[in-house]
Amino acid sequence: MRAFDETEELIGRLEQAGYIAERSLAVSLLLMAQLERPLLVEGDAGVGKTQIAKALAEANGCELLRLQCYEGLDVNAAVYEWNYQRQLLAIKMRETENTSLAEKERHVFSEEYLLQRPLLQAIRRARAPVLLIDEIDRADEQFEAYLLEVLSDYQISIPELGTVRAQSIPLVVLTSNGTRELSDALRRRCLYHYLDYPNYEKELRIVLRRVPGIEERLAGQIVTFVQKLRAEDLQKRPGTAETLDWAAALVRMRVASLDADPQFLADTMVCLLKTREDRAAVPPSVAARLLAQST
Amino acid sequence: MNRQDLAVAHEPSARERAMLAGRVVEFVRVARTEHFRVGIQEAIDALKVAQCVDILEERQLRWALRALLCSNPADWKNFDALFDRYWQQPGANAVQITVGGELPRPRATAGGTRAPEVPYAAAQPPSRERRELDALRVGASPHEAMTRSDFRLTQLNEDTYPLEQWIESLARRMRRRLLRRHHVRNLGRRVHLRRTLRRSLPFGGLPLELAYHERRRELPRLVLLVDISRSMNAYSYFFLRFARGILDAFQNTEAFAFHTRLVHIADTLREPDRQRLKDKLAWIAAGWGGGTRIGESLQAFNREYARRLVDSRTFVFILSDGYDTGAPELLGEQLRRLRARAKRIVWLNPLLGRADYAPIAVGMQAALPHLDLLAPAHNLHSLMRIEDMLLRL
Repeated sequence: MRAFDETEELIGRLEQAGYIAERSLAVSLLLMAQLERPLLVEGDAGVGKTQIAKALAEANGCELLRLQCYEGLDVNAAVYEWNYQRQLLAIKMRETENTSLAEKERHVFSEEYLLQRPLLQAIRRARAPVLLIDEIDRADEQFEAYLLEVLSDYQISIPELGTVRAQSIPLVVLTSNGTRELSDALRRRCLYHYLDYPNYEKELRIVLRRVPGIEERLAGQIVTFVQKLRAEDLQKRPGTAETLDWAAALVRMRVASLDADPQFLADTMVCLLKTREDRAAVPPSVAARLLAQST
Repeated sequence: MNRQDLAVAHEPSARERAMLAGRVVEFVRVARTEHFRVGIQEAIDALKVAQCVDILEERQLRWALRALLCSNPADWKNFDALFDRYWQQPGANAVQITVGGELPRPRATAGGTRAPEVPYAAAQPPSRERRELDALRVGASPHEAMTRSDFRLTQLNEDTYPLEQWIESLARRMRRRLLRRHHVRNLGRRVHLRRTLRRSLPFGGLPLELAYHERRRELPRLVLLVDISRSMNAYSYFFLRFARGILDAFQNTEAFAFHTRLVHIADTLREPDRQRLKDKLAWIAAGWGGGTRIGESLQAFNREYARRLVDSRTFVFILSDGYDTGAPELLGEQLRRLRARAKRIVWLNPLLGRADYAPIAVGMQAALPHLDLLAPAHNLHSLMRIEDMLLRL
């Protein structure tokens, strides 16, 4: 029962790092290393996609490298770039030196002048780091194609230096919010995990674990309220991140129970509802109804 | 049926392991027939998985295979049912092995769970302003009256041949203009530092020769979906000519016709012989009668072609009057899916050219929130305006 123990052990380590993981997620995380495949995590905003990578790095005691994707992200920002200013300076300074042209070129295009960006850093580490490629759907397709190549071969070629092969295979976690359909090739290359909103028990454990000094009764009320709120017809449903914000706010304000002060409750709802329409969709009367159900 | 069930509750023998491995590979094959995107590499990895996870613990195997074989939320939702059907597990810790078991039936297409799109600025009111035709742009043009008259009032005969040709050449001019726009944009160039530095080496590091970033010329990809139902009879012939011109001028273009079902017509439209083309077009345009099922045709398109033909550079043109006899919810849902893949969705509606028309048909109402542009297409003039809109989108 080797794999079984490993899974349990990883869940324990993740919990130490502050992340409550389902067993199925832990199995996927173990598979990543065994199959040397990246893990693509999809799910609504605020369900803890990014946290997976952070917790995994902490649980494994290794480094976390993060590449935030955005439209127009290119190789220069993601992989490497030459430090042009320093190169120009170096050429000027060595102008009078009595070395050959080839020698000078070798010097200028050496490691010293190479700016390493997250992708290159990730494959050059002696010990496998966790590489988080956040919101891959924001990057454009050319970059996605390039990324696919790197993630299949784990090597990067720099014309002036030659090919850099991975010293260790990094644990790659990709997240996507689904603003754009990812290419089938990339999806196939990756293991896949769909992260849903946590159920009551899991969310309660998360709140108790992440909000220091919270009382169990209050935590129970908060989680029930948020779970009910998610069932309403909202534009942006509150994620776990919002629950934690709200719980932290209530603890700061020394609220002992949700039903103590309905007005105060309505005031702190800014932590949960982030658009004007959603604020309008949950007027105090609706909030009171949900509250009555959760206390 | 040749069924052989065996429940294993303890350490498996080598033979049992081999059998299980066989079943795992078979499962990958079944998943492929169920439209999971899995290949040989996945089968190999599934075997690895079978060796390293605890194959006798059903949930471990389930989760591991789910992570490996799924690649989108729809797969994720369907996986458990597929897994259960295949392995037909009786208890928590036992795997029931069925040799030569029947294959599961194809699943029903399940709706993906994507975030709702923000409706793009949709209904552009039909242009009623009939300004002077832009003489410069038109150049040698067919007769003025011809560009303005509604296609439905145009009798097909030898006189309309120039009109037909003009419709086709429109696409070529569109291509030229789009390319030219790219060229003009290129004037503001950015210095390519890396190449500049390379070239400066012979001059002792003085950047005498500058290198510039080149921009790739990217023509949009186009997909045309032409409604050839009976209600479109008066227009479909001209739309098909237009489609032919576009196929000629743009690479990576595909054309489909639909009424109650979807037909791929790009190859037919590429027919070089004029007379034969005319016959074929007339034959296609005659339609098959019956209602129009836009929603179902789009569903067929999404299922079979969209993945391959539509990407974030693709403009999808739907040429239809929006009279749909199918369910409007289906049309809305399918358009939403297509919208998530495509760059823009443009709906050309010949009825918009009529003064008294407003897009209130149920089908049109369902479609509106998912369109980037709704434009009239009832005469040559309105077709000529499309390129302006394309440039602006």
